Amino acid sequence: MTATAVIADEVALPRKRSRVLSKFLKNKSAVVGGAIVLFFILAALIGPYLAPYDPIKPSFTSIRKPPSELFWFGTDELGRDMLSRMLWGARASIMAGVVSVFIAIVLGVPFGLIAGYFGGWIDASISRATDAMLAIPFLIFAIALAAFLGPSLTNAMIAIGLSAMPIFIRLTRGQVLTVKAEDFVEGARAIGLPDFWIMARYIFPNVLPPILVQGTLTIATAIIAEASLSFLGLGQQPPNPSWGSMLNTAKNFMDQAPWMSIFPGSAIFLIVLGFNLLGDGLRDALDPREQ
Amino acid sequence: MKKRLLLAMAAGLLVSTAASAQTLRIGLNEDPDVLDPHRARTFVGRIVFTSLCNKLVDITPDLKFTPELATEWQWGDDGKSLTFKLRPGVKFHDGEPMNAAAVKANIDRARTLPDSLRKSELTSVDNVEAVDDLTVKVNLSRADATLLSQLSDRAGMMMSPKAISSADFGQKPVCSGPYKFVERVQNDRIVLEKFADHWDAKSFNFERIVFQPIPDTTVRLANLRSGNLDLIERLAPSDVPAAKGDSNLVFAPISGIGYQGLTINTNNGQRAKSPLGQDKRVRQALELSIDRNVINEVVGAGIYPPAGQPFPEASPYNNPKFKATQRDVAKAKQLLKEAGVDRVKLELTFGTGTTAQQIAEIIQAMAAETGFDITLRPTEFAAMQKEAQAGNFDVNVIGWSGRVDPDGNIHPFVTCKGALNDGKYCNEQVDKLLNDARVINDEAKRKQLYDQAQEILKQDLPIIYTYYQPWPFVHTKKVQNFKPYPDGMIRLKGVKFAS
Amino acid sequence: MLRYIGRRILIAIPTLIIVSLLVFALQKLLPGDPVLTMAGEERDPQVLEYLRQKYRLDDPIPVQYFAWIGSALTGNLGISLRTDIPVLDLIMSKLPVTLELAIMAMIVALAIGIPAGIISAVKKGTAVDYTANVIALSGLSIPNFWLGIMLIMLISVRWQLLPASGYVPPTEDLWLNIKTMIMPAFVLGTGLAASLMRHTRSAMLGVMRSDYIRTARAKGLLSRKVILKHALRNALIPIVTLSTLLFGELLAGAVLTEQIFTIPGFGKLIVDAVFNRDYAVVQGVVLCTAVGFIFMNLLADVLYVLVNPRLRHSA
Repeated sequence: MTATAVIADEVALPRKRSRVLSKFLKNKSAVVGGAIVLFFILAALIGPYLAPYDPIKPSFTSIRKPPSELFWFGTDELGRDMLSRMLWGARASIMAGVVSVFIAIVLGVPFGLIAGYFGGWIDASISRATDAMLAIPFLIFAIALAAFLGPSLTNAMIAIGLSAMPIFIRLTRGQVLTVKAEDFVEGARAIGLPDFWIMARYIFPNVLPPILVQGTLTIATAIIAEASLSFLGLGQQPPNPSWGSMLNTAKNFMDQAPWMSIFPGSAIFLIVLGFNLLGDGLRDALDPREQ
Repeated sequence: MKKRLLLAMAAGLLVSTAASAQTLRIGLNEDPDVLDPHRARTFVGRIVFTSLCNKLVDITPDLKFTPELATEWQWGDDGKSLTFKLRPGVKFHDGEPMNAAAVKANIDRARTLPDSLRKSELTSVDNVEAVDDLTVKVNLSRADATLLSQLSDRAGMMMSPKAISSADFGQKPVCSGPYKFVERVQNDRIVLEKFADHWDAKSFNFERIVFQPIPDTTVRLANLRSGNLDLIERLAPSDVPAAKGDSNLVFAPISGIGYQGLTINTNNGQRAKSPLGQDKRVRQALELSIDRNVINEVVGAGIYPPAGQPFPEASPYNNPKFKATQRDVAKAKQLLKEAGVDRVKLELTFGTGTTAQQIAEIIQAMAAETGFDITLRPTEFAAMQKEAQAGNFDVNVIGWSGRVDPDGNIHPFVTCKGALNDGKYCNEQVDKLLNDARVINDEAKRKQLYDQAQEILKQDLPIIYTYYQPWPFVHTKKVQNFKPYPDGMIRLKGVKFAS
Repeated sequence: MLRYIGRRILIAIPTLIIVSLLVFALQKLLPGDPVLTMAGEERDPQVLEYLRQKYRLDDPIPVQYFAWIGSALTGNLGISLRTDIPVLDLIMSKLPVTLELAIMAMIVALAIGIPAGIISAVKKGTAVDYTANVIALSGLSIPNFWLGIMLIMLISVRWQLLPASGYVPPTEDLWLNIKTMIMPAFVLGTGLAASLMRHTRSAMLGVMRSDYIRTARAKGLLSRKVILKHALRNALIPIVTLSTLLFGELLAGAVLTEQIFTIPGFGKLIVDAVFNRDYAVVQGVVLCTAVGFIFMNLLADVLYVLVNPRLRHSA
């Protein structure tokens, strides 16, 4: 992992969704980011139907052809159309990023909420386990888990998700600690609202912004982690493409066929950028202090 | 840099040694394992040993044996003993004499050390006798034609008898080679320096040899091109055009004695109970689906010559009769029809890596046209070995670095109890032929036996050979007289820098 | 405060125990057989059996674990299954390399991240803000190995300005050492720069919204002075804390960078050990990385509490 989201001091009461949306729409870079992400998700959904060629079948007469009218993005080391492979690969790469971060959030946030809210030995045991998981290098953790689960894209996503989970536990817990001390939480407790309700209604919305920011950062790491795993045979299974595995192959042909790395490299770059811009915008839009 | 400059300056003062006061930097494909010839297993380790240690005998580029520590050798009449005359006056790096007693101590260690990995290579040895100071007689329990070739490799490397008993020998090896051990930083470098008392010291021109493991072939080549290295081994085919296109470099590939192929699970557990494992016609159809020329051109950049048998073209045991079959889709389909199968499903397991993956993808595509639905399964090498042994595979991509003696390229892989026979192919006739070939020293007679065995194997196809493993070396123009050997080792005798 | 630190150190003990369990479990989960890997072509059952016993691989797993922990506590981390080199020696020789890389990367990250963050916070919502943001994010978004190989191709091969890979100890040749480390530090640092920039920006914005900065501005103090003297000083506190945290992660995160530039540090050592099933090395090195990471965390926590008294009671 390369980053941890800042532990923000701001807190907010639950508020209206429309204001958030209008604020988000005013933020130009967020809209650009959203548009990029939307574009790629669309490409992932309908791309395979638009792909001009078979993404898998080699064609030995058109090996490593530079971009041309026939092959817009050129062809790869086995003569397959890069554009078609990119369109098919979008699905694997975006899924790898989004699903694994989703897994990490879905598992990590509840643990963090529980640890931060209840404190005591629950907090102590969750926190120690989290510290321990964070102390082991992310990629090593992911490699070992993926190797254990067996090689497939799904397992790679699970492995990446589990490896990224502790970041979200720790982040959530930290946020909860700050929010818990606020008056409105004390108030909610005083009038006897159930713990679950307080967590969901009063604490969770305040925890969300940094998690979204962290989520966008982690999607980037996850997409690249999938690339590393697929290189080790633990991610997307050949001959099916993912941007990461295409890039891994392409690095051997950097000199002779630069287009093989430029297109998947730029695609990863753009979508990660898109997610980051989107996350930033969301953060600002959800930030109560920023009017 | 500074150090090199200092060395150069020092050399300038001592005019007589000026020409040799130089460091040769060699880029290796990986970091070697333990530096003890009896306990080592890696190919790169053998490259380091070639400069560090001497063997009883060496090989020539055309795979003949040539004297090294032994000046001559003689088989006993019944083929059950082998007597070596040793080179006089040879010293180990620690000054100990290299004599018959030392040879006996070494071979005994290779046979008896509990974690010696040379045991299987020396099973035929019954005992070793130091006849006189410079004569050693190796007595065998059975005739063994492969022994000389075993002694031309790690099993025949001689270490100082004084040093071998020390527990940290693997960290501080003491041999008798032209270069002695200086230091090792794991994953970074192994440094050797010239052994002045070597019996052939005048033929070795470099003052120091530095081996640097750089696993990424593109980065390895980049280091060579930018002048940080002088010589690299095992260039990936994808980098061949770049190496050829650089006017400062010399591309020196050689076709090796090893091969790549597909091992088919014919008899190892449940996974063998498939049309592919049970019916040789299905295996023949698979072979006919593969166009080895495409593999050579598309993946191999022209340095992956098609293979149809385990013996390389340079070997006297190679028989043109068994050369690689041409692709024949119609015939393959016909064979599948005769076997009564429509489409054959199978899983192709291969070690992770770009080249291996490309080949697997090509085979998948080509075989799809004849009737094979292949799923690909890239597996880490360490995991693959266990799976292979346990029979948890349909078809495995295997690579073998090759041995000088033909036996090493075939016997362990296809005999019923062969140590590397993962598919557990078992045919009494083949066993008999290959066992017989082991004990005959006559080349023509041996070849007959191998031909007969190949006749059967070509039909049964427990292994489909794909291409011969090349050893693509690249060095800078500055390096002169470098000669690649088919065993992929780097021999530095006579190699020098252009002055 | 001392009591707090003491408690934090005590808390680190169970964490370390969990780490040791996790590391041990993870490598047992790895498919394959280390003895087969070690033996190569040799399949003599006696040899395999001997190796299994030598490295205690046949013992029940709890026995193996306690044997390892027992000797680790006495400072003996075992020897590498691949090269015979004691694991402790390996750690001692690789640690300075990774530390140097991490420090240099941190310098790169701070040098890019903090100024960019300040500028972007001050010029919030302007084209400058967006540009700084996009540049910083670009560093984060480029896959590391791709950037690394591109730099090698361009700077080392085309222009021959810097060595392509490898490592020279600073004691041997300081200038060459710096030259070999520039590219890896840049590649590793650019990723961090983006997150530092984002956090600096956010911390600066937070401080600048606070009442006393508003007051200072209202009083008509010059904007630049306010920013540098008041805002930055306050924003720096969380940034320092964060940097400490990030540094701990850097130690663990150098894996890929070391792999690309063939730097013989921790990351490369672990990855190679995982693939060679060199159990002793995996265990020893990950344990050592974890200790370093936990220490940096401890430091960050202490710093954070020091500057944020509100947390002192709840922590």
